Amino acid sequence: MSTPRVAIDDLTKYYGQTLVLDEVFLDVDEHEVVCLIGASGSGKSTLLRCINQLVPFDHGEIRIDGVAIDDPSFGKTGLRKRIGIVFQAYNLFPHLKVIDNVTLAPRKVHGVTKPDAEARAHELLGLLGMEEFARKYPEQLSGGQQQRVAIVRALATNPDVLLLDEITAALDPELIGGVLDVIRDLKAQGMTMMIVTHEMGFARDVADRVCFLEEGRILEESPPQELFSDPQHPSTRRFLQRIIEAGRL
Amino acid sequence: MSSERAASAEPARRAGPRPPVKATLSPRERYAPLAISVVSTALVFGLLWRVITSSENWPLIQRQFFDVDAMRASLPQVFSGFLVNMMVWVIALVVIAVLGIVVAIFRSLTGPWAAPLRVFAVIYIDLLRGTPSILLVLLFGLGVPALQIPGMTTSRLFWGSVALVLGYTAYTSEVYRSGIEAVPDGQRAAAKALGLTQWQTLRFSILPQAVRNVIPALLNLAVALQKDVALLSVIGAREAVREAQIFTARTFNFSSYIVATVLFLLATIPMARFTDWVTKRDQERRLQRTL
Ligand SMILES: Nc1ncnc2c1ncn2[C@@H]1O[C@H](COP(=O)(O)OP(=O)(O)OP(=O)(O)O)[C@@H](O)[C@H]1O
Ligand SMILES: [Mg+2]
Repeated sequence: MSTPRVAIDDLTKYYGQTLVLDEVFLDVDEHEVVCLIGASGSGKSTLLRCINQLVPFDHGEIRIDGVAIDDPSFGKTGLRKRIGIVFQAYNLFPHLKVIDNVTLAPRKVHGVTKPDAEARAHELLGLLGMEEFARKYPEQLSGGQQQRVAIVRALATNPDVLLLDEITAALDPELIGGVLDVIRDLKAQGMTMMIVTHEMGFARDVADRVCFLEEGRILEESPPQELFSDPQHPSTRRFLQRIIEAGRL
Repeated sequence: MSSERAASAEPARRAGPRPPVKATLSPRERYAPLAISVVSTALVFGLLWRVITSSENWPLIQRQFFDVDAMRASLPQVFSGFLVNMMVWVIALVVIAVLGIVVAIFRSLTGPWAAPLRVFAVIYIDLLRGTPSILLVLLFGLGVPALQIPGMTTSRLFWGSVALVLGYTAYTSEVYRSGIEAVPDGQRAAAKALGLTQWQTLRFSILPQAVRNVIPALLNLAVALQKDVALLSVIGAREAVREAQIFTARTFNFSSYIVATVLFLLATIPMARFTDWVTKRDQERRLQRTL
């Protein structure tokens, strides 16, 4: 058996006294796309944040290609060079133009020259239909446009693993399709992705595997066809039932 | 009421060209408010002027404070002193802006190795912010030259200015720090996630936003310093107030103080207006962003 790209072993995390992640085990292979679903507050965002060390955890281990993420061999920023993340709230730099938001990390962290970084940025912006906004500031864009810039910013560093936290939550329905295509393209290129989403159609479409989280535990994980048509755990069934009632499946 | 107005404005906008703006205003309706303002203001101030100038002390006041000949005679010295004030002000502004950031960064550093810098910043700010500026000016402006340390200038003007710089650096660093703390956590997370180091995060993400947040507050400090440079007169530095004092001591006439006052006002009023304008623009920008 080959080493998984991301291996999460017995991960446990508290925020103060609150148990947020409870003995989570999850392996994600290279080229695999895993979707995380679950109710609000179930710990999905926290799980992603633990993987690129944005928040510390209390117990367990996370490995990238077999190397623990706190291994000194990653150096100060080595881990972040391997992992890209897109946030629920975009978190674009408001004082920088779109193009500078996208090229900041390639230039300052990866040492790419300005022309090369900008060429790549324009290419990626074009892919997401954002080319014309390159010289605008984030506050001049709609939420959906800002989220697409955030995706481009995460892709610009050519990460090995991409973590996406509800990236379609802010998009207009007619824009979701375009983003979905981008994610599908990335999948076709072999990008390893972990995707938190409330869009079940999106999960069914793009995931190799879907994990259902409740109160910090992975209660069920299986291929999307199985999980959505024949959920095993009563909690999963209840959750999906609510989603169907809300008309989101 | 406002919703009513919004509702009635809506169809008009959709219909294309706006209706002509109340073309039915009569000249009387249009100019009456302006006329009332002008006349009432003139009346009040005219009356005030009457009362003051008709007082029996007025001729004495006029001679002591508003003697045109004395003003003209004192102007050259007071003005050259005022240039010293403004020179100190400009140089101090630049130095304070830089030192303030440095102290603010010290104070907001995290991690055990940064503890000495953090402690230094806290002590520095407490001491310098808590001491009256005039005491700092006296201590440095008179104290340091008295030490006669070889190789160090004994210029009172220089050391007095250093005192102002040190005091204002403490205020300024606190302003910067409030700006740094106002930057949302998501910005640090995003920068960290992109692989930026702690220093790069500060340099490229946090500080530019922090500085932009506090520009109005910084300008307010700049206006305050513009007046506080007059404190240098207490150590005998030959600036505007000191020159005016010298003139008064010689002639027993206070008109030179009025000259100094006018010179300061000519500098501070535009500066304060500029600050108000920047502050207003800044508020509008924030409002737009939250809408
Ligand atoms: N910084 C924090 N401090 C304290 N508690 C936190 C913090 N961030 C998250 N939590 C708590 O941790 C739990 C999991 O939060 P998390 O954001 O991971 O949920 P989520 O599954 O992403 O929810 P959502 O679907 O609403 O985004 C919640 O109970 C939340 O209140
Ligand atoms: Mg979340």
